Amino acid sequence: MTGTLVIGASQAGVQLAVSLRDCGDDAPITLIGDEPHVPYQRPPLSKAYLHGTTDLEHMVLRAPDYLADRDITLITGDRVDRIVMAATGSGGEAVTTSGLHLAFERLALTVGARPRLLTVPGSDVDGVRYLRTADDATTLRELQAEATAVVVVGGGFIGLEAAAVARAQGKTVTVVEAGDRLIGRAVAPVVSEFYLAAHRRRGVDVRLGTQVVEVEQRDSRISSVTLSDGTRIPTDLMIVGIGVEPCTELAEQLGLELSGGIVVDQFARTSMATVVAAGDCTVQPHPLGGDGLVRLESVQNAVSQAKTAAATLAGRHQPNVAVPWFWSDQYDLKLQIAGLSRGYDDYVVRGDVSAETFSVLYYCNGELLGADAVNAGADYMAVRKALTQGATIPAVAAADEATPLRECIIPTAIGA
Amino acid sequence: MPKVVFITLGGAERIVDARHGESVMSAAVRNGIPGIIGECGGNCSCATCHVYVSEDSIDDVGPAGDMEDDLLDLGVADRRDTSRLACQISMTDALDGLTVRIPEEQA
Repeated sequence: MTGTLVIGASQAGVQLAVSLRDCGDDAPITLIGDEPHVPYQRPPLSKAYLHGTTDLEHMVLRAPDYLADRDITLITGDRVDRIVMAATGSGGEAVTTSGLHLAFERLALTVGARPRLLTVPGSDVDGVRYLRTADDATTLRELQAEATAVVVVGGGFIGLEAAAVARAQGKTVTVVEAGDRLIGRAVAPVVSEFYLAAHRRRGVDVRLGTQVVEVEQRDSRISSVTLSDGTRIPTDLMIVGIGVEPCTELAEQLGLELSGGIVVDQFARTSMATVVAAGDCTVQPHPLGGDGLVRLESVQNAVSQAKTAAATLAGRHQPNVAVPWFWSDQYDLKLQIAGLSRGYDDYVVRGDVSAETFSVLYYCNGELLGADAVNAGADYMAVRKALTQGATIPAVAAADEATPLRECIIPTAIGA
Repeated sequence: MPKVVFITLGGAERIVDARHGESVMSAAVRNGIPGIIGECGGNCSCATCHVYVSEDSIDDVGPAGDMEDDLLDLGVADRRDTSRLACQISMTDALDGLTVRIPEEQA
């Protein structure tokens, strides 16, 4: 018995290994990650960790002793460079940078994603940083401590969370976003507008429809950036958060189907029968039945899809149909997202946007798709509950702010 | 280090050392206590770390905050007076020996 090899030891990989044991699989499990740390939670990296209010030891996903107790072999600080599948089509061997040969019967790819790189003149100088790993965040928080001015490239979640931390530390902060609104891929314009105003109220200089075209240096460190409109902004540090790209090198070696990520079905199966994949590296059918493949970069999906992948390896069929949810903390603003609003044709705003307590419910053909809630946990939970139950909250009812959303949940009529 | 006693569904006790300031959820997840999932990492967003605090400790632990209150109301099957989200209970020496029970729904 050579067991299962799980490549990638972050949220999805750890969950997959533990869930496989929970499924009763007693064959060897090896979990390998290229970072030098015990597997940890990534979300705090752009929040409390960057701010200096928590440390890695508080972010551990599972204690090493616990993994050992469950007979899960953890290898850190080593990377799988090459995979050779056996001629029989079942199992194979992985070779690592340090020269380990890891034989396996079944393979799970939880290899994650890496930051998309900004390639403009000067973008390789000291002081241009990305934020994905604990080491990235450690370097960044040291640099940030000494900086007085910070430029953030990218107005998505990572960029805005980093901007919020820098601003809370009293830095002069400029956010440069190429698109015409913030968090454009994830929320509706009404929520983008809110975050634009919220950051500006707190003193962040947000520039939309603008790009960094050059990074200037002095003594081989960043000194300023030039924007596409010709503006030059002096800065000590530039944080780039312009999205991630799934790590697909190993999947390419294996000849797996790719489409902006490793293509998996709702059982986390890749195009090769003995290989599953989960987490940020995958694209999958819409978990709630919408059209097309989606790539979900979230803890929730990593955990849910990893459980599905483990079940598949254990011979059970447990589709990944969990309601997606997501959160982002910026300043004292807690954004919670339930469902996927993509493709909406109508929305309802509840609460007081100017008081920074509100929610937006999204609909398509009258059907509830999801909600974005800012400091409105009850609305978020009500929508999540409705979606989980396959129920709905009619738009008319949602618009009535006097009635709590939880009292508006009604079952979806069959055949309606 | 303050200890937390978890009573799992079968009635078995698991005693775990928590770090100072660590949440009950984090201590449970690190040590693989079944039924405490903590999917959101302690963010008060998922309601997968619901516990019942023992009657004699509930006053020391205190009541749920507003956000937590909403999650408990909507996110758990059987809310009781002693319901808390384990991610919102920070361990201190004063809480050493805290006993919490895992609800049936999460087991």
